[in-house]
Amino acid sequence: MTPSRDTLPGLLLQQVQARGDRPAVREKDLGIWQVWTWRQVADEVRAIACGLTVQGFGRGMHLAIVGDNRPRLYFAMAAAQALGGIPVPMYQDAPAAEFVYVLKDAAIVYAVVEDQEQVDKLIEAAPQVGTLKHIYYDDPRGLRNYEGIVALDELQRIGREFEAAHPRFFEEEIAKGSADDVAIILYTSGTTGRPKGVCQTHGAFLVAARGACGFDGLNPRDRVLAYLPMAWVGDHLFSYVNWLVAGFTINCPESADTVMTDLREIGPTYYFAPPRIFENVLTQVMIRMEDACALKRWMFDRCMAVARRCGAQVLDGSPVPIADRIKYWLGSLLVYGPLRNVLGLSCIRVAYTAGAAIGPDLFRFYRSIGVNLKQFYGSTETCAYTCLQHDREVKLDTVGRPAPGVDLRIAESSEVLVRGPMLLKEYYKRPDATMESIDGEGYFHTGDAGFFDEHGHLKLIDRAKDVGKLASGTLFAPNYIENKLKFFPHIKEAVAFGNGREMVCAFVNIDMSSVGNWAERRGLAYSGYTDLAQKAEVRDLVRECVEKVNAELAREAAVSGSQVHRFIVLHKELDPDDDELTRTRKVRRGFVSEKYGTLVEALYEGRTVQHVETLVRFEDGRTGIVAADIRIETAQTFGAAAPAAG
Amino acid sequence: MPSSPRDRLPGGEMLRMEGISLAFGGVRALIEVSFDVREHEIRAIIGPNGAGKSSMLNVINGVYCPQQGTITFRGKVRRNMVPHDAAVSGIARTFQNIALFKGMSVLDNIMTGRNLRMKGTVVEQAIHVGRARREELENRRKIEEVIDFLEIQSIRKTPVGRLPYGLQKRVELARALAAEPSLLLLDEPMAGMNVEEKQDMCRFVLDVNEQYGTTIVLIEHDMGVVMDISDRVVVLDYGRKIGDGTPDEIRRSQAVIDAYLGVAH
Repeated sequence: MTPSRDTLPGLLLQQVQARGDRPAVREKDLGIWQVWTWRQVADEVRAIACGLTVQGFGRGMHLAIVGDNRPRLYFAMAAAQALGGIPVPMYQDAPAAEFVYVLKDAAIVYAVVEDQEQVDKLIEAAPQVGTLKHIYYDDPRGLRNYEGIVALDELQRIGREFEAAHPRFFEEEIAKGSADDVAIILYTSGTTGRPKGVCQTHGAFLVAARGACGFDGLNPRDRVLAYLPMAWVGDHLFSYVNWLVAGFTINCPESADTVMTDLREIGPTYYFAPPRIFENVLTQVMIRMEDACALKRWMFDRCMAVARRCGAQVLDGSPVPIADRIKYWLGSLLVYGPLRNVLGLSCIRVAYTAGAAIGPDLFRFYRSIGVNLKQFYGSTETCAYTCLQHDREVKLDTVGRPAPGVDLRIAESSEVLVRGPMLLKEYYKRPDATMESIDGEGYFHTGDAGFFDEHGHLKLIDRAKDVGKLASGTLFAPNYIENKLKFFPHIKEAVAFGNGREMVCAFVNIDMSSVGNWAERRGLAYSGYTDLAQKAEVRDLVRECVEKVNAELAREAAVSGSQVHRFIVLHKELDPDDDELTRTRKVRRGFVSEKYGTLVEALYEGRTVQHVETLVRFEDGRTGIVAADIRIETAQTFGAAAPAAG
Repeated sequence: MPSSPRDRLPGGEMLRMEGISLAFGGVRALIEVSFDVREHEIRAIIGPNGAGKSSMLNVINGVYCPQQGTITFRGKVRRNMVPHDAAVSGIARTFQNIALFKGMSVLDNIMTGRNLRMKGTVVEQAIHVGRARREELENRRKIEEVIDFLEIQSIRKTPVGRLPYGLQKRVELARALAAEPSLLLLDEPMAGMNVEEKQDMCRFVLDVNEQYGTTIVLIEHDMGVVMDISDRVVVLDYGRKIGDGTPDEIRRSQAVIDAYLGVAH
C-alpha cells in the first residue's frame, strides 16, 4: 500500500519507505547526539498513537503539547495527527494562568508535556479548566511521587501491547485521514486581545511547505536546528512540515541555554531565526571584539570595512573590482570564515528571518560575511508563507515577492490582502472572527499595511490599525519609528506615541547586556536595570540614538513629522509576564500606554520628572513594586518639515 | 494530583558522633558533642559564627582528628578517619570557600570527583591509553548524568574561574555528586547567593536527597532554608551542642533563641 501524500503522517510513512535508515531526528542528550532514523521515528510515533488509542484518544480530539523542542513532543504531534486528532502546541514559557485560556478554549482532555515544570503548571491550571484528565510526560525527573500522571515510556509500552494485537491499526488510521482535515490548531500570540486558535488543514500546510522546499531546493541532506517555540507557526513549518516534506534531519538542542554551542556542532544548512536572535548573536560578537587585543580588533575592523563595501555584492554574484575581490578573499580566510564557524553558520545555504523588522546594520552584517540571510513574510493564518525573497533580489526594506501560489493585493486602506490554498480553515469556535478576517472574495485581511515597490516587492510599514495621524494630519507609523530606534544595539524596546497628538514621544528600554558592558568599560557602577536606566550618562547615550533617528526621519518626506521630541528611559524592562509584551515579544501598545498613562501624560505636559510605582510579577508568580523618579528627556529635531516642539 | 514531595522515610542510624571534643592549642572548638545522622535524612548543623560547625564537618570527613570521642559510621567505630578513608567509604563534601581548579573546565573538575573509581595508573591517565581511556569513557556517562541533573550543560566546557559564584557552587556540588556518595557534607551551599540561586540550590539539594536517597549533612546560615528543607537540626554554640530536634522543636527552643538573639544580662 502506498501511503497517502495528502496528510502529514502519510508523508512520514513515505519517508520511511524512501529513506528508512537515514537519520531523521537528532537530540543531544547526556552530551552526545542521539539519532533516530526515519524507521525509528515511525516506530515511536506508532507506539504513542496506539497508546493514546488505548487511553481513549481518537479522531477530532485535541492533544495539548507543551515543552521545549524534544523529539518525543514532535512524535506525539505526529501520533495525534495519525489518529485524526489535532495537536495544540502551547508556549512553554507561559505561566499557568495563561495556559488556562487555551486549555479551556480548546477543551483539552489529553496533554503531552516535557517535564516537571510543565506538569506543575498543568496541575495548577487543571481545576479551572475542568476537562483536563490525562497528562503524559517525557522527562521523569522529580515526578516520582506524582499520582495520576503517566510517563510517555509507559504510554508507549501500552501502545506496543495494543500494536501487537492490532498490527495494521496505525496504517489504517493514517489512511482514513484526508487533506481537508484540520492538522493543527496554532494559537496566535494575541497582540490584539485574546489569543485565537488558527485551524490549519494538512492541505494548507503541505502547499506552504512544498512551495518553500521547492523555492530553496530543500533536500534530505539538509540539516535544521529545531529550537524555536513549538507553538509558533515558524517552527511548525520549518522544523516539522518541511521536515516531513523534504526528508531532512532536524536537530534538537540539549537545552535552551546551549543553543549556540549546539548550532556550532550541527552546522545547519538551513536556518531560521527571528531578528532578535541574530541581534543577540551580533551583540555578543561585538562585546567580545571589544575585549579582544588591539591586533585582533584592528584586523576585525579592517576586514569588516571591506565586507561592508563589497560583501553583499560578492554574495549576490554582482560585479566587484578585482582588488576588492582579493581583499574579500583574504578577509574570508582571516575573519569571516572563522566568524561564521564560531557562530555555527559555516554550512548555511539559506538563512531566513521574519516576524519583525530587521535592522539595516544587522542585515548587512550577516550578508556581508557571506551568510545568505533573506527575509520572508507570513502569519499563522497563512502558514507563515506569503512573500519570499529570491536569491540575488534581497533587499533590506522589502519582504520579497508573493510566494508561488499566493494571490496578494493591497486594499485601498493600504492593508495587505492574501488569497490562496495555504489560508486558514477558520478560527476555532470563532465564526465571527473568521467572517471578519476573510472577506467575500476569499481574501484574508492580514492587518498589515504595506505597498509594492517599483520592482514588485512588498514593502511593509506597520500594522494597519496602528497607522495613525498626528494632529497636524501627517502620517504616523509607530512601528516604523520604533524599529529605527531598536536597530541601535543599546535599545531593546521602544514604544512611540503620537496618534492624534501634536508631536511624537517615546518610551525606551535599554539593552541590559549592551549598555551594561558599555557602563562597565566606563567604570560606571550600577546595581541593576532600574539603576542603570536612570543614570544621566545612559540617558545621554539614548538621546544620541534618538537624535540619529530624528535625522534619518527628517530625510524622508512622508515621515519627517514623526521625529521624536521627548522620550523616557523606562525604569523596568517590558516583560511578557507583566502582559506588556506578547509571548513572541511584540509590544502591546494599548496596554502599555494605559499602564503607564501617567508617564505618557508627563511626556506631553512638558514635565521633567515624574514619580511612578509599577507592579512587577516575578518568575515564580509573586509580585512586587518598582518605584522610581523618572526624568523626561528632550531630543533635538531636524528639518523644516517638523512641526514646532510642544 | 501530586502527593507530598517529601514522603521518604529516614532509615536507621548511619553515623553516630559521640562525645566529640576538638581543641587547637587552648581553643576548644568542639566540646563533647554527640549526635547521630540517619540514612536518607537531611540533617542541618546551625549556630552563630565560630560555633564549631565547619570543624564538625571536618571531623566527620577526617580532616581533623578529635582528641576525644568516637565516630561510628555504618556500624564501624573510627578513631582516626583520614580524608581518603572517608571518601572511600562514601562521604563527599563541598567547601565553604569554593575549592575548585579554576583553570580547568567544568567537565574536568567534575571528572576529578570520579578519581576514586578509576584504577588506571598516573602514566596511563597522562598519555590517555589502555585502561585509562576505557575508564574515562565509562565515567563520562556518569558525569553527564550529573551535569544533566544539575542543569549545567551550557557551561560544560567553560573554565571554572570564568563562572559566577552561584554556578561555581553548583559545580562543586556536581563534583561531590560524581563520587556517588552515600553521605554528602555541604558547607554553606547557599552562602553569598541571591534569592533565585538559593531556591535553585534548595531544589537541587532536595532532588539529590529524593532521587539518589543520599544522606545530607549541611551547614547553613539562612534559617528559612534550614527550616524548610531539613528533617532534623543540630544547634552548636561555642563548641557545645545546645539543641537537637526537628525544625519545629528548634524554633521553640529557648536555648537556641537565646544563642541567636542574645540574652539580657
